[in-house]
Amino acid sequence: MESLRTRLQKVNPLWWQVGLIVLAILLPLPMGDYYRSVLWRTGLYIMLGLSLNIILGYAGLFQLGHAAFYALGAYTCALLNIHFNVPILLTYPASVLVAGLFGYLLTRPILHLRGDYLCIVTIAFGEVVRLVLVNNLFGITGGANGLSSIDRPVLFGMVLRAPIYHYYLMLFFLVITIFAVQRLEHSRLGRAWMYVREDEVAAEAMGIDTTRVKLLAFVLGSGWAGLAGALYAGRITVISPDQSKFLESVIMFCIVVLGGTGSIPGVFVGTLGMVTLPEMSRPLKAWRDAWLGFAMVTMMILRPEGLIPSRRVALEIRGEKEKALPTPSTTDQAPVSGA
Amino acid sequence: MQFLQQMINGITIGAFYSLVALGYTMVYGVLKLINFAHGDLFMWGAYVGLTGLNIVLALVGQTTPWAILPAIIIVMATVALAGVVVERVAYRPLRNAGRLAPVISALGVAFILQSLARNIFGASYKTYPNGVALAGGTSLGGARVSVMQIVVLAVSFLLMGVLYLFVQRTRIGTAMRAVSLDHDTSRLMGIDVNRIIGIVFLIGPGLGGVAGMIVALYYGSFDFTLGWVFGLKAFIAAIMGGIGNIPGAMLGGMILGIIETLGSGYLSPQWKDVIAYVILILILIFRPTGLLGERVAEKL
Repeated sequence: MESLRTRLQKVNPLWWQVGLIVLAILLPLPMGDYYRSVLWRTGLYIMLGLSLNIILGYAGLFQLGHAAFYALGAYTCALLNIHFNVPILLTYPASVLVAGLFGYLLTRPILHLRGDYLCIVTIAFGEVVRLVLVNNLFGITGGANGLSSIDRPVLFGMVLRAPIYHYYLMLFFLVITIFAVQRLEHSRLGRAWMYVREDEVAAEAMGIDTTRVKLLAFVLGSGWAGLAGALYAGRITVISPDQSKFLESVIMFCIVVLGGTGSIPGVFVGTLGMVTLPEMSRPLKAWRDAWLGFAMVTMMILRPEGLIPSRRVALEIRGEKEKALPTPSTTDQAPVSGA
Repeated sequence: MQFLQQMINGITIGAFYSLVALGYTMVYGVLKLINFAHGDLFMWGAYVGLTGLNIVLALVGQTTPWAILPAIIIVMATVALAGVVVERVAYRPLRNAGRLAPVISALGVAFILQSLARNIFGASYKTYPNGVALAGGTSLGGARVSVMQIVVLAVSFLLMGVLYLFVQRTRIGTAMRAVSLDHDTSRLMGIDVNRIIGIVFLIGPGLGGVAGMIVALYYGSFDFTLGWVFGLKAFIAAIMGGIGNIPGAMLGGMILGIIETLGSGYLSPQWKDVIAYVILILILIFRPTGLLGERVAEKL
């Protein structure tokens, strides 16, 4: 007698994915504009979380200045649009390229750093980017007020103004992102990242070019954050250096670590807890920083691998202390090997 | 004599950085943990100091600079206690949990402390009561030295000197140095490691809290974000001197203060934070062990 759970697990994963996409398409229809905006913001942070997940989750590099690349993407989009009248949708590739390029330039010299040292340098980079934007370098970044009157995206002659259009635009890119990230995770490069995360010396001994692999993680992750920044600029039409605030980087960091390092469903759960929940309840918003902090401390003490960790990370973090695997994951495994 | 003036101002700011950097460096020494909460404990020192000062002034019934002394003792006791509580609640359960978990926990504590300060005291700038900070000053070779600067420097050097002697000469100090080398061996030698770590979390935040109060007195006003910028700068100072190294933290603080002041004096004030961060990045790239560092940059 098969339980419902095992039968559900036998369903082709493709159907799950199609079902989720259909659900995501239908979800905003009964909602008002406010909740559609909340959904859009959730999508934005899922995208940012997924981009950071490449760096932090797969390659295990502690990036605490990720918001800098998000801001760089937004500024690229805004500057191209304001000064050269490039349509917003066409600025997206440029935003990705610029953020990726900065990802390369900034992280190339610091790749040899590990752990908390890397943490500190990336915090410093994030702050430098923010201060450069505030100090109005070359007089083009608009100083502390940022840039405003950015055009809205235009698709087939239709100006995307209502939140619902932006939600679908976000959903389109999010689906692409998830597809790409999933492919990356199981690719040769993805396996190399995890190897580097688990044991860098051994990875190098196995012939993995660790410098190149880590650099690729930074460039891809930063570029993706740049795309999220451009999407933000097109939706909000006003951007400011606040996008590179340390708090933003910490939110992204928390999404990945608390949701479950290296796991895509984990990023979803992390975003719900870190962004959607505080957005929807006013009292929690005033105390959002305290909530973030509380979640970080308690999660680290009670469940350091995150809410929905990837199996490998859970093993890595728990493995040394507890010989027996947590029971849910062993039951998860049994039907798969039996099938 | 602009240069001399800049040097004096720089050394004053450097003394603040040194006091805060000591907390970072001592905690890193014994736990190998970047205590992100330290900057916010420092910020709490400013708030507790203001509250304590108001209470003392109300009790005395007149405004006198001597009210600073009891206030400093209140700050030291309160913030040191807070430091110990933070260690017990947020760091001790993670003692064997690898390197990432305590760092995240520390960041979490920093956010809690900041949010508490904002929700309790409000987001606006707070000012210390008039007539408490000492006015006046004297001139030295054409540069002006205010009484406040002399007091700040005297208090800072006194605290640092006492701390240095404590760590080098006393039994507890020796135990502290032993714990920073190796927890297990220290335990075999009969050192109560948890007690030593507790003492470090008394001294570091205690000094940081006092620094917070003096900084707020020196500048006159502050808000809840004080801890973040100052904490990061002090951390840069600690790294510069070689993290885990107590004289290094003092030296690093001084150098950072001087460079920053000269930079904002001769280049532009709005770039002074950038200068500090760029120094940090350069040091970590080229000499991660710091100027006086004996430690090798460790593997994760």
